[in-house]
Amino acid sequence: MKFTLSWLKQHLETDASLAEIADTLTEIGLEVEEIVDPAEALSAFTVAYVAKCEKHPDADKLQVCTVETGNGTFQVVCGAANAHAGMKGVFAPVGTYVPGIDLTLTKAKIRGVESFGMLCSERELELSDEHHGIIELSEDAEVGSPAAAALGLTDAVIDIAITPNRPDCLAVSGIARDLAAAGLGTFKDQPVAPVQGSFANPQPIALEFSAETASACPVFAGRVVKGVKNGPSPDWLQAKLKAIGLRPINALVDITNYISYDRARPLHVYDADKLSGTIKARLGETGERFEALDGKTYEVDAEACVIADDARVLGLGGIMGGEETGCTEETVNVFIESAYFDPIRTAKTGRRLNIISDARFRFERGVDPAFVVPGLELATEMVLELCGGEASEIEIAGEAPEGNSSFSFDISEVKRLSGLELAPEKIEQLLTALGFGLRGSAPVFEVSVPSWRPDVFGPADIVEEVVRLVGVANVPATPMPRVSGVAKPVLTEMQKRQRRARRLLAGRGLVEAVTWSFIPKKEAEAFGGGQASLVLDNPISSELSDMRPSLLPGLITAAQRNADRGLDDGALFELGQIYGGDQPEDQRIAASGVRFGNIGLEGSGRDWAGNAKPADVFAAKADLAALLDALGLDASNLMIVAEAPDWFHPGRSGSFKLGPKVTLGVFGEIHPLTLEALGADGPMAAFELDLGALPQPKRKGRSRSALGASDLQAVRRDFAFLVDADVPAGDLLRAARGADKALISNVGLFDVFTGKGVPEGKKSLAIEVTLQPIEKTLTDKEIDAVAEKIVAAVVKATGGELRG
Amino acid sequence: MTAATLDTLKTELLAAIDAASDLSALDEVRVASLGKKGRISELMKTLSGMAPEERKSFGQAVNALKDEIGAALEEKRGALARAAMAERLASEREDITLPVRPGPLAEGRIHPVSQVIDEITEIFADMGFSIAEGPDIETDFHNFTALNIPEEHPARQDHDTFYFGRREDGSRPVLRTHTSPVQIRTMLKEKPPLRIIAPGRVYRSDSDQTHTPMFHQVEGLVVDEETHLGHLKWVLEEFCKAFFEVDSVKMRFRASYFPFTEPSMEVDIGYAKVGDEIRIGEGDEWLEILGCGMVNPNVLRNVDLDPARYQGFAFGVGIDRLAMLKYGMPDLRAFFAADLRWLKHYGFVPLAVPTLAGGLS
Repeated sequence: MKFTLSWLKQHLETDASLAEIADTLTEIGLEVEEIVDPAEALSAFTVAYVAKCEKHPDADKLQVCTVETGNGTFQVVCGAANAHAGMKGVFAPVGTYVPGIDLTLTKAKIRGVESFGMLCSERELELSDEHHGIIELSEDAEVGSPAAAALGLTDAVIDIAITPNRPDCLAVSGIARDLAAAGLGTFKDQPVAPVQGSFANPQPIALEFSAETASACPVFAGRVVKGVKNGPSPDWLQAKLKAIGLRPINALVDITNYISYDRARPLHVYDADKLSGTIKARLGETGERFEALDGKTYEVDAEACVIADDARVLGLGGIMGGEETGCTEETVNVFIESAYFDPIRTAKTGRRLNIISDARFRFERGVDPAFVVPGLELATEMVLELCGGEASEIEIAGEAPEGNSSFSFDISEVKRLSGLELAPEKIEQLLTALGFGLRGSAPVFEVSVPSWRPDVFGPADIVEEVVRLVGVANVPATPMPRVSGVAKPVLTEMQKRQRRARRLLAGRGLVEAVTWSFIPKKEAEAFGGGQASLVLDNPISSELSDMRPSLLPGLITAAQRNADRGLDDGALFELGQIYGGDQPEDQRIAASGVRFGNIGLEGSGRDWAGNAKPADVFAAKADLAALLDALGLDASNLMIVAEAPDWFHPGRSGSFKLGPKVTLGVFGEIHPLTLEALGADGPMAAFELDLGALPQPKRKGRSRSALGASDLQAVRRDFAFLVDADVPAGDLLRAARGADKALISNVGLFDVFTGKGVPEGKKSLAIEVTLQPIEKTLTDKEIDAVAEKIVAAVVKATGGELRG
Repeated sequence: MTAATLDTLKTELLAAIDAASDLSALDEVRVASLGKKGRISELMKTLSGMAPEERKSFGQAVNALKDEIGAALEEKRGALARAAMAERLASEREDITLPVRPGPLAEGRIHPVSQVIDEITEIFADMGFSIAEGPDIETDFHNFTALNIPEEHPARQDHDTFYFGRREDGSRPVLRTHTSPVQIRTMLKEKPPLRIIAPGRVYRSDSDQTHTPMFHQVEGLVVDEETHLGHLKWVLEEFCKAFFEVDSVKMRFRASYFPFTEPSMEVDIGYAKVGDEIRIGEGDEWLEILGCGMVNPNVLRNVDLDPARYQGFAFGVGIDRLAMLKYGMPDLRAFFAADLRWLKHYGFVPLAVPTLAGGLS
């Protein structure tokens, strides 16, 4: 919402400075976005007299002007056809920044003739698009004086952001009322005097709605002014509109635009002679179309509120009028419309047709229903004044809707909700200044809401009015009571797991990434996703279309981008949501990581002490195992099986399971086809853990069990077994461990060997078993007995044999 | 045999020990003196033929000589062993300028967003706030209607919402446009008094240098029977001081509008720009950092709380923006690009756990 300082002062009696006004606007919720003071912006430009104007010796279209300025006489080469001796223009000396051409002037030689500055057009000063010639100032402009003043641009233009709840401040008068209530002066209330019509309205008006759709346009008022003389509006009106960026059209149209900004009352003027029969508001019909004032043709539908006559659709109610019936300089008889259009319907239609207009902006936020007729009167008054003519009586179809209902307000609400202690008189004064009606006496008032405030419904809204006018700065900051002396822990188990998982993974050298929750469809499908319920209807691009079923596609493509930049070895992880469906419980938190290139726990790439190995299934398994361990899971209770989803290498992947049905996490090398689908080079090794699948920890006491460390010497024995090549080492280790649970404290696998000495189809697994005696030292006999049990258990479980 | 003979022998043997240049030479001396046929051993053998008186005095002298030579041999052996070790060690010198790998703790990083969420959590947990969560895929009810943003409300159009396809029942899920639906979920599930923050991902269909289609917010909500605007101001001021780790901050509360709060405010924080660095708590420039207000009575009604009894405040802050202000990242888009160079530069080492006792950063 733009307005000028002088325009504001039409409605506000104030001594406040521009800066004070700006600060107050911002504080009370009318946030100042920009203030442009043209006097400041154009300070380098001055009035100059063109003493002489001769044809450029070497160019047909250029003239060489002798320009008298406040700082001496300069030679200026000028291309404007209208430059002539004896005129006064706007001069920019060398060194001036000219905004319209985004250039700082330097001394130039144009076709061999030196030029010391510039005579400017309106476009060069960014005053308008006018560029047919240079600005010609009036003869009485004083040479050397600021151009801004000579152009009548002394007024600061203020641009404020209006929140959707304040349609009343889409009027300069409304802004003035707010400022006055905030203590910045006196609001000049300017009620509109009715204009007596001298004849009956000749233009029939009708509302054609069913009872259900009547709210589309509950009231439609109009009148005809005959015998007007339309033409350019007077300078003061044009200047006002131009200052806020509106293009003057003709007096009749300019009047409606002026009232739209001055009073937030959109109006429409029709050339009455172009209307056929009754003008009516009704719903549109599919197939109807009209050419709007913006030159485009729009299709209306049965939801749109249209204005029509007996012949055709003329325009969209509350949004935009039509080209055909608009007022031109030839218009003699004008029909002025002032109506109320339903905010929701206006918004819907405006959005569907993508029409942005000042009228729509106001109607969809809610215009003052009580100002339908006064707005029409004001327009009439201005038409008569600027265009002459004779006004008919007003005709009104329908009835203006009521404003919001009154309600009871206890002033203690101000303190309850804001903590502000204010005298009842102060509250009363503030509300009255805003136009609220207060009946009764403190502490409880019956508050009636002014018709221009559709945003106020109840006590909380009143508290807001009081607080913003007093200023939130004046609300004392009040400490919240502490819930407990020492703050209690607040994180849930899941939140603690996430924190721990994050630090653990980073502690293993992985770097945390945050990647998009939505990924390309192809990638989602490659990881078991892509179902219709998780596809965005309006993705920002096809690369961000499907909710991710896994963190891995995002990490793998990120890894590849890094590799493409020359970072060949790296490790990324992410901790975030994955989506199995569109219900809240389908959203799960996963912790996943990808290692790419040559990288292990010790580091990456080549090193004099030993190069890192390519990221493989065991690197991923180690990450996942460490993660599970850090999250409190006893790995010995977990099953490790050679099963993993399709996107892993079938022979180099596996899962950690808690019982046959619950998969906690998967790990392995990424399948080459999956890498190919993602445009990634391998190998890459990855893991994914579903944090939600982990069992809740059993609540144990904080006290630890007794240590029970034995002072007796542990005994170590090595065994080598020859087993079939496909026997899992895990089976062998489990069998050995189970051979004597009391004595065997650890079983380590220290060699896996195939090759010379081992028959084809077999492998040799060598283990070290630690026996920890508890009560007494073991005798050789006892040790031999345990060894026999171990061999027997392993042979039974694996079908292998002790290697001789 | 006389004492003089023994002295001569002693001198002779000590000289031989001293002259031994390595362990084998020394051993030869030992065998020649103390060995079975060594000169001292031979002397011992002569004792048996002596008169008792003589045997006693001579025996003592020979034993003393034996001890002395034994000790000298031992000392020399130690000296030679030390010299040999020194020689070996001297040959074992390594180039200690050879680089060692820094190890995983130095390689890994925590993303700034995670780190900042941990910082925020630390601060609010101390003020008694717990951490609430909600889904990214939201219903229209939770994301809009319950928050007093009915269909066709102009505020709804400002949200640049991502939609999913319309479901058979006519509903149309959305990606949450803010963390505020967590307010609704919390109030529907738990009864006041409530103090929560809800950090998380939010989505808007918007993309340029300062906007990404996904970003992070943290929501705050307090509902009880006495919390008012003054408490809100205090909490936000305390938060900003703690988060930016400064003794004082300048904050400007401006009246504003959000459908779910009434009164509503936007909050600016004072800063100075020194070079490329933004310094919070200095200077007189203003930067908008958050929106807040008292929970709108309609929102309370929508979750079956009586607005005449219950009251409270809510706020929402951009987490990525807080991170940028505190740690100086210039471009939001880089947060989600997973560029290892950026992550290593702006990320945090795993042991840098923010705590109130140790400082947040």
